[in-house]
Amino acid sequence: MAEHRPTRSSIWTRKHLLTLESLSAEELNYLLDTAQSFREVSTRSIKKVPALRGRVVVNAFFEDSTRTRTSFSLAASRLSADVIDFSEKGSSVSKGETLIDTARNIEAMGVDVIVLRHPASGSAQVLAGAVQCSVVNAGDGAHEHPTQGLLDLYTIRERFGKIAGLKVAIVGDIANSRVARSNLWGLKKLGAEVILVGPPTLLPRAFESLGAKCVHDFDSIVGQVDVINMLRVQFERIKTSQFPSVREFTRLFGLTTERFARCKPDVFVMHPGPMNRGIEIGSNIADGPNSGILTQVTNGLAVRMAVLYLVTHAG
Amino acid sequence: MRTVYDVSDVGRTIESLFDRIASSFSPDSTLNIIGIRTRGEILAERLARSLRSRGFKNIGRGVLDITLYRDDLSEIGPKPMVRPTEINIDIDAHPLLLVDDVIFTGRSIRAALDAISDFGRPGAVRLAVLVDRGGRELPIQADFVGLTLQDVPRDHRVNVRLSEIDGRDEILVEPRT
Repeated sequence: MAEHRPTRSSIWTRKHLLTLESLSAEELNYLLDTAQSFREVSTRSIKKVPALRGRVVVNAFFEDSTRTRTSFSLAASRLSADVIDFSEKGSSVSKGETLIDTARNIEAMGVDVIVLRHPASGSAQVLAGAVQCSVVNAGDGAHEHPTQGLLDLYTIRERFGKIAGLKVAIVGDIANSRVARSNLWGLKKLGAEVILVGPPTLLPRAFESLGAKCVHDFDSIVGQVDVINMLRVQFERIKTSQFPSVREFTRLFGLTTERFARCKPDVFVMHPGPMNRGIEIGSNIADGPNSGILTQVTNGLAVRMAVLYLVTHAG
Repeated sequence: MRTVYDVSDVGRTIESLFDRIASSFSPDSTLNIIGIRTRGEILAERLARSLRSRGFKNIGRGVLDITLYRDDLSEIGPKPMVRPTEINIDIDAHPLLLVDDVIFTGRSIRAALDAISDFGRPGAVRLAVLVDRGGRELPIQADFVGLTLQDVPRDHRVNVRLSEIDGRDEILVEPRT
C-alpha cells in the first residue's frame, strides 16, 4: 500500500467505534493501516498476541448473526481477551429488561468492551452515553455497520492498492441497508465515487444528498464500475411489496451471468453475506475469480482485531 | 546536560560491535537476525550486510514489532503505530540474534522474547544493542554492546539516529523535553 505511509504514533483518540460517518479520512486510513499489521498475526503458528490480556469483551447481540459475531469472538480471542457471548434469546431481555439496564449490569461485572448488534438505529450511540466501557457498533438497525464498512474498504484497498478515484456500485436493497450507509461514508471520505443502484422503492432520493449518484437502471452503469458490492435482499426487513417479485428483482438488479459479461474484465465483486444465491448474485460469480467475498471475511477478522485494540488503547 | 556522539564515533562503535558478533558465530552455520522496529531493524540490516561480506552464507532475516507485547504502553507517551512483524523464516533450532538500538529497562526485550516464542523455539537467543544505558528493571542483559553509558539520569533520553531514516548517524544523550 504505497500510498499510505503509516505514521509513527497514534492519532486514534476514540474510545468507541459507532459510525464511519464520524471518522475523518486520516482516522480511516489509520484504522486500515493498523488492520494490515494485525493480518500477519493470523498467519503465525501461534495465532495469538497478548495485547488484550486480562480484558473482557462482551458480544451483546440482539439480532441474529453468524459472521459478525464469530469474527468479533475470534478477533478478541486472538488478542487474548476473555470473550462473553450474550444473546437476547434465553436472557432477561425476554423478561422485559431494557437495553441500558442490561448493558449496565453486564458492565458492572467488569467489562472493557461491549460489541453491540441491535435492531434499533442509534442504539450503539445511546449505549455509549450510558456506560463507562468502550462500545463497538456491530450493526444498529438500518443505520451503520462500521466494521463491515471498514473491511470492505480494506478489501478494496488491498485489491487495487488505493481507494481514491475508483467507481464503486452498491446494488440492491439500499433503504434497509446499514452496510450501504457505512460503505457510502467510508468510500466518499477516501475519495471513491459511489453509485447506488436499486428500485425506487428501495433507493430513496434522499441518498443523493449524502453525495452518492442514485441509479435505477443497473445496466446503464454496469460496464463502468471497478467494484460491485451486491447487498443481500433483506426479506426480514422488507415490508409490503417494495418490489413485485423476487424473479423481477433478479432480472433487473441481480448480478446474473449475462450482466456480469458486460462488466469490466477485472471488476471486483463483493457481498457482505449471507448471500441469497440465485437472487441478488449468481453462484458462478460468487465463487468465480472476480469474487472477493471470502477475502472480505478473512479481512474482517484483522479489521475487528484492529478496532478492539484501538478502542481499548485510545490515546 | 547534552552529549553527542558524532558520525565517526558511531561508525567506530558499530564496526567494533559487528567485529565481535562476527567472531562469535560460525560463517558456515545458519544465523537468524531479527531487528526490533524501527532502528533495531536498520542495525540488523547493516549487520546482515556486514556478515555476508565476511563470508556468512546462511543469514535469515526478520523484523519484529513488539507493540502488542508491551506492558508499558501507558507510560511511553504517544501510542506507537502497530506495524507488521515479518518473520517468514523457520526460527526453530538455529541461533537467533535479536538486535535493538538501546537497552534501558529491559521491558522491550522481554516483550520481544515473548513475541519470538510465538514464532518458534530458536536454539539460542542472543542480544546485540548499540547502546546500553543502564537502568534495568528486569534481569535481562545484552550479549553484545556497542557503547556502554554509565548512570544516564532517568530524565534523559538516549536517541540513536541512523542515516537511513534520520539523515546521519548520531547518538544524542539529552534531557527529555
